[in-house]
Amino acid sequence: MRVPLSWLREYAQVPANATAEDVMADLVKVGLEEEDVHRPGDELSGPIVVGQVLSIEKEEQSNGKTINWCQVRVVPEGTEQTLTGEGIDPSGVQGIICGAHNFVEGDKVVVTLPGAVLPGDFRITPRKTYGHISAGMIASSRELGIGEDHDGIIVLSTLGLDPELGSDVMELFGLYDQAAEINVTPDRGYCFSIRGVAREYALTTGTSFTDPAGTIELASAAAEGHPVRVEDSAPIYGVTGCSRFVAREVTGIDQDRPTPRWMASRLQLAGMRSISLVVDISNYVMLELGQPLHFYDADKVSGPIVVRRATPGEKLTTLDEKERALHVEDLLITDDTGAIGIAGVMGGASTEVSGSTTRVLVEAANFEPVSIARSRRRHKLPSEASKRFERGVDPLVADIAAQRAVDLLVELAGGTDTGKITDAGTPADPALITLPAGYASALIGVDYTDEQIISALEGIGGTVTAVTGGFEVIAPTWRPDLGSKEDLVEEVARIVGYDKIPATLPVAPPGRGLTRTQAQRRRVLQGLADAGLTEVLAYPFVSAAQNETFGSPVAGTGVDSVKLANPISSEYGLLRTSLLPGLLEIARRNHGRGFRDLALYEGGLVFLPREQVGSSYLPPLGIKPSDEVLADLDAGIPRQPWHVAAVLSGHEARAGVNYTPRAWDWADALDTARTVSGILGVQLEVSQGSHQAFHPGRTAALGVDGEIIGYAGELHPQLLKELDLPARTVAMEIDAEALMAAAPAVVVAEPLTTQPLATQDVALVVDQEVVAGQVLAALREGAGELLEDITLFDVYSGKGIEDGKKSLAFGLRFRAMDRTLTADEASEARAAAVAVAAERFGAVQR
Amino acid sequence: MGTKRITSEEKDHQIPMSDQTIQETQPDAAAPPHPTDEAAINAAIQAALAAFEASGNLEELKDARLAHTGDKSPLSLANRQIGKLDKSEKAVAGKLVGSARGRVNKALASRTSVLEEEEAARILVEETVDVTAAPVRRPLGARHPLSVLQDRVSDIFVGMGWEIAEGPEVESEWFNFDALNFKPDHPAREMQDTFFVEPADAHLVLRTHTSPVQMRSMLERDVPVYVLCPGRTFRTDELDATHTPVFHQFEGLAVDKGLTMADLRGTLEHFARQMFGAEAQIRLRPAYFPFTEPSAELDIWHPGAKGGPRWIEWGGCGMVHPNLLRAAGLDPEEYSGFAFGMGIERTLMFRNDVPDMHDMIEGDIRFSQHFGMEI
Repeated sequence: MRVPLSWLREYAQVPANATAEDVMADLVKVGLEEEDVHRPGDELSGPIVVGQVLSIEKEEQSNGKTINWCQVRVVPEGTEQTLTGEGIDPSGVQGIICGAHNFVEGDKVVVTLPGAVLPGDFRITPRKTYGHISAGMIASSRELGIGEDHDGIIVLSTLGLDPELGSDVMELFGLYDQAAEINVTPDRGYCFSIRGVAREYALTTGTSFTDPAGTIELASAAAEGHPVRVEDSAPIYGVTGCSRFVAREVTGIDQDRPTPRWMASRLQLAGMRSISLVVDISNYVMLELGQPLHFYDADKVSGPIVVRRATPGEKLTTLDEKERALHVEDLLITDDTGAIGIAGVMGGASTEVSGSTTRVLVEAANFEPVSIARSRRRHKLPSEASKRFERGVDPLVADIAAQRAVDLLVELAGGTDTGKITDAGTPADPALITLPAGYASALIGVDYTDEQIISALEGIGGTVTAVTGGFEVIAPTWRPDLGSKEDLVEEVARIVGYDKIPATLPVAPPGRGLTRTQAQRRRVLQGLADAGLTEVLAYPFVSAAQNETFGSPVAGTGVDSVKLANPISSEYGLLRTSLLPGLLEIARRNHGRGFRDLALYEGGLVFLPREQVGSSYLPPLGIKPSDEVLADLDAGIPRQPWHVAAVLSGHEARAGVNYTPRAWDWADALDTARTVSGILGVQLEVSQGSHQAFHPGRTAALGVDGEIIGYAGELHPQLLKELDLPARTVAMEIDAEALMAAAPAVVVAEPLTTQPLATQDVALVVDQEVVAGQVLAALREGAGELLEDITLFDVYSGKGIEDGKKSLAFGLRFRAMDRTLTADEASEARAAAVAVAAERFGAVQR
Repeated sequence: MGTKRITSEEKDHQIPMSDQTIQETQPDAAAPPHPTDEAAINAAIQAALAAFEASGNLEELKDARLAHTGDKSPLSLANRQIGKLDKSEKAVAGKLVGSARGRVNKALASRTSVLEEEEAARILVEETVDVTAAPVRRPLGARHPLSVLQDRVSDIFVGMGWEIAEGPEVESEWFNFDALNFKPDHPAREMQDTFFVEPADAHLVLRTHTSPVQMRSMLERDVPVYVLCPGRTFRTDELDATHTPVFHQFEGLAVDKGLTMADLRGTLEHFARQMFGAEAQIRLRPAYFPFTEPSAELDIWHPGAKGGPRWIEWGGCGMVHPNLLRAAGLDPEEYSGFAFGMGIERTLMFRNDVPDMHDMIEGDIRFSQHFGMEI
């Protein structure tokens, strides 16, 4: 809401020298947040004065254009020019070239004299043009930055103005005025009016307030009003769609009359365009009192007005010339011809006030918020009117606003009040709320006196009665948001001031610290950073193709995804089932920015739909749902396990002096997965894996307790090509939640022995297809408990080894708990180990 | 000296001192001095001392050693002659030659030690590297500052005895709105531009705030409840310098007997001072949220703000609306509570002067790496 200060001053005691910033600083204390400041005059300066065109000489130019060489008087006849400066003629008459033709000799116009500066830092200086010295400019609205008028220069008489020559145009046009733009929260619809803001200003500054609604004298009906019936057959939530409908009629409107400058400039400052006097009056009254109005061309309304819901298939062409299919829930204004407006949202074209309208039917109605909100959303028609109705309009201001509109139509548009007044409907009584004594103090922690409570609640417009044990408060009719004692406590607290609330620190009962899972997640994330990787956070939005590729190991099997109804981009309309698409996108972005050696990781949720998608039933507000209902809500929420993924691309570091870095390879991906499992104290089961996103021969499947919970290895070369990522980029992704679940509750210590170590190496020849991990497992099994450790240190095939075979070299470390092992004992254990490998894989010792 | 070897290519610089290789050349072809000839013996001593002193390195000293202490050195030869002397001369000669050899060996040992030290020092000088030319073989990793900030905030509250609560990112509309007292059709419901999940009648959304965790915490836990919930949230904003459709918040909730708005203020003030230092100040302004009544916006005084010290909007807070307590099966006449919520991106933006939201979400490694493990 933009509040012109000149307007606010009519109803509140705003100091003459207060700026918009000052006003906002006061308003923010009661909850009206500062948004912006508007000062149209900021971009204008220097002498901009009223002048009168004394003579016009038309001069045809070689380019076919005709220009006017004008003599313009800029001081009253018989007085001297008091302004000085280059180009300012002491005679008070300026010679000015003007290209516009919408004026005649004798017209009063706006003259920007040399020295003036217009928007866009356009400086006016005397300049030689078309063979004359043009000392100034005759200005248009557009040049002054106050309108988009393309019809030439401003002729003041068309605005109904006849000011003295030489007077300050900025003053005349209200350009010294400024507006404070404040943010109005959804509970405070009444602050979408000067009336509401002035009240808040008075409250926050402790000054007096004049209610504009109280200054308007209601005429009494002189004749029967236009017949209006409210026939709401389908109220939403049992509340009638229209609680009040006031109609007035004004005849003899003179459409030729311009909007007075003061009104136009206030409207503009308030952020609205000045359109025509009649429309401007309706907007002006709405801004002043908060009551949206609708004007009908009374000659085009046939028969009684009926407010009702739409019938199936009903249509309406709205003011914007669009034909709209109506919904049976839409509340309509109708006459004998059918719909003539969607209540509170937009009027119909057939009864629109036009340039030829002379008889106006004024509607000031009160429509129910939910109905308006739904119609507005349904037809995508946000408007100033619907904004106010959705937040609630004071039902008691309808007749007052209608009167104000009638008064202005009479005063400014030359109309005549027909005295026909309709006032249909009965607004509901405002809420009566009991505020127990001491409740405000108990909830806020401030000892409020009864005087403070009464003064605050009366200040906002409530009626307060002291009763035994507290207060009975009738909420003001413009505050539909006030319905409970907590609401009243907020009013007391904010009017007395939130700055009066002290600070006390409550003591929580002893806590348990981070949960196991929280601590595990944190250690994983920190551990990967410690291992040299860089954490990134990707958006979870992915394409169907991305989920297809990364969400399932086998191509073509399809992946169930959570789909967004309104994604930012329709291509990325699904939620991720894998972290890798996001990580790879980030890798590519970094690569594009010249970072070719990357080690990235992310920990985050993936989204896996369950059989039940959501819940059709939503429990009501303010009541605890049954356990069954809560269980049903949870059963419909997709599974969202926490995954960890990493992408390694390029080298482990950058080349340096005497240092050639190693390129990341598949084993690094596996190592990164092992880092994660190691941090959690879980042994990963590694087996030869297969996943469509990975290289078919260089992928490890990662398991826990026989379940595959992730993959690590080189990404598929074809995929890397498509993603425009370097060859041999490797990655891993793991369901860390499964890992965390497998983490030991207690790690049992292993006894350490200081007995000497016996080492034995063995080389085994096996078929190429046999995987080393299985041979190693066989050796471990066969070696028995003397084996402390075993490592694979070489794989060889070629000369000396039969084709199709390979030699695996293992180092075995033996140690006994209680004695020094003899060489024979160690050799025996080794032989036992080899025997198992031989039996299982036909391994032959070299 | 306990100097470590620096490279494996370095040569062993210890010079063996045993006489396994005998240098047969004689420095002096003249006859050996007579073992009782004191002058001659002294001359031999002087010659040896001079030769040792003249040796500039261990190699030269080795030659001098062979010449003056070797088997064919004058003193060795003189020593050998002692056996042939008369008994009366033996004692004199033995003492003379013995003392002479002692002096010479002592001088040799002393010179050896000096030259060894010089040698060791020379090698250390030779091994000097340019440390400023070192390669970075193990580049440091980095956390994302948004993660670090979440941990930091959590730690402050855990330190106060609070617990960390969690909830799903795809959430039931009931938890995200209805349970939080957002009435259907109320404009407040639209203020939070919501991502909906298909189909519409599934009533699933991407949570628009961390507030649904308030209701989950109250339903899952016994009172009193003191929880903090950091997490990811979503709104349908286009990405620009100050907006992102995916962002993070942290949400605090306390429900207990007799909690007041003063308790809320005290908690926020304590937290602000932990985050921003003892001088931090906060301000509450009236505001509106469906799930709190009274409600407030929380501003923090930022003395280091770009463009001068000022109040910065930090988040929203208020006393838990009784409808939330009722929805959790709690009696609002018995319990009261307060809640607050702040944006993590926003906090990082003004705390650490991040100029553009893009930096936080694009994953450019420079952003995280600049922070490292710290914020």
